[in-house]
Amino acid sequence: MLDLTEAFVELIRRTSTDLPADVEQALREARPREASDSAAQRALDAVLENVDLARRTASPICQDTGTPLFFVHHPPGWSTRQLREQIRAAVAEATRRSYLRPNAVDALSGKNSGNNLGDPSFPTIHFEDSEDEELAVDLILKGGGCENVGAQYSLPHGGLQAGRDLEGVRRVVLDAVHQAQGQGCAPGILGIAIGGDRGSSYLASKQALLRPVDDHHPDPELAALEARLTEEANQLGIGPMGFGGETTVLGAKITHLHRLPASFFVSVSYMCWAHRRRRMTVRRGQITYS
Amino acid sequence: MKTLTLPLRPEDVRDLSVGDPVALSGVLVTARDAAHKWMVDTLIRKTRPPEGDDQACAAALRPLLDGGAIYHCGPVVAGLDSGEYRFVAAGPTTSSREEPYQADVMAHFQARAVIGKGGMGARTLAACASVPFVYLHAIGGAATLIARTVTRVVAVHKLDFGVPEAMWVIEVKDFPAVVTMDAHGSSLHRDIESRSAQALIRLIGLEPGAG
Repeated sequence: MLDLTEAFVELIRRTSTDLPADVEQALREARPREASDSAAQRALDAVLENVDLARRTASPICQDTGTPLFFVHHPPGWSTRQLREQIRAAVAEATRRSYLRPNAVDALSGKNSGNNLGDPSFPTIHFEDSEDEELAVDLILKGGGCENVGAQYSLPHGGLQAGRDLEGVRRVVLDAVHQAQGQGCAPGILGIAIGGDRGSSYLASKQALLRPVDDHHPDPELAALEARLTEEANQLGIGPMGFGGETTVLGAKITHLHRLPASFFVSVSYMCWAHRRRRMTVRRGQITYS
Repeated sequence: MKTLTLPLRPEDVRDLSVGDPVALSGVLVTARDAAHKWMVDTLIRKTRPPEGDDQACAAALRPLLDGGAIYHCGPVVAGLDSGEYRFVAAGPTTSSREEPYQADVMAHFQARAVIGKGGMGARTLAACASVPFVYLHAIGGAATLIARTVTRVVAVHKLDFGVPEAMWVIEVKDFPAVVTMDAHGSSLHRDIESRSAQALIRLIGLEPGAG
């Protein structure tokens, strides 16, 4: 099996320092919507200048390089044990090279491990055996500020008059955006999962964030809800950084899971504007990044 | 753009209003979750006896914080092996987690500015007026850009808290921020939240958080 450790370091470097084009484009489109010389527009200017500078100097876009979330799709025959070892070695090396901040803190002692390696779930690595010929590894770096404003609702929700239907989903998602205010580094991107259990629902809401910001859901009804949620979240007026303004979210991405008859969860993962998401593919020994 | 040079006097702080863009220069101290808990437990409420280097750290920090600024930041720092520290990425972290501590910390040290993101609550806002101090909002995520304003790492305290949580003493030049909570009782965050609550009521037809 190939030793991909150095390739994983490069995946981490690109993810931490080079914002995906679709996210940057969405931020650029947001800028002229804000009033000239407003705090909101100045915030977006600083954001865009920072994105450019981070890319040119290969330094982290945000100092909170977050929880590294790896989604590995491997053809049969790859050793997940070896892949895990290589990913962990790459995470430690990327930390040493200052692409990542040491972020793994022992929950009881408060001690920071110093190299981003904690128990087997830090960094988080999800493996999926796939029929494809190529190995594909998606990485999201999800910071703590936006992770803290994620929310999970159990429907029906009396206070929000949210029943077990898409109108109920709309109500709780808008409440989540309101509750988040600017604290998740608005303008954010919403990953939304309908259904599942508490654990699978949150995980799916993060996987929804792998979609490009500018794509459309194949289901017309969900595509319409995504567009409506984006538009209505922006009507909340929270704006970039919570300074007030026209753009509070850049997009909403919905996924759904089977649920128990008793449960109807809606999980909202809020991703900050610094939506650091990259993919590495390995095909016949050739490594590419996107 | 107003230029501010640390240390600040009470009258410097009272001259500032919500909405003012500022460029801050001078020596400030980073402090976030572990540092705020340590300051309050060990130095202010004294529910935990000082140990190790606690007293020495406190003695070093007092003159820096008197008229000084606390930055809610957990940086990426290069040069950890050599001790020749350099800030690589240093944007603000979410301030609301320090709400239980901030008012006491600012009053105790007579600090004049807290820098962070996302704003803070009613208790901190009241303390802005009484201490007095201002809340300066930096641009969340603009970490490489802000790190460029850090001209020197002067010292580090409590490195055993970990790199993000340590108290880094840094010199900054023209650190960009905007006043979002002032010493006259105004808070941009309180106003925006109230407006977004009204918008939410319009969109879903009831009061947010009700029930």
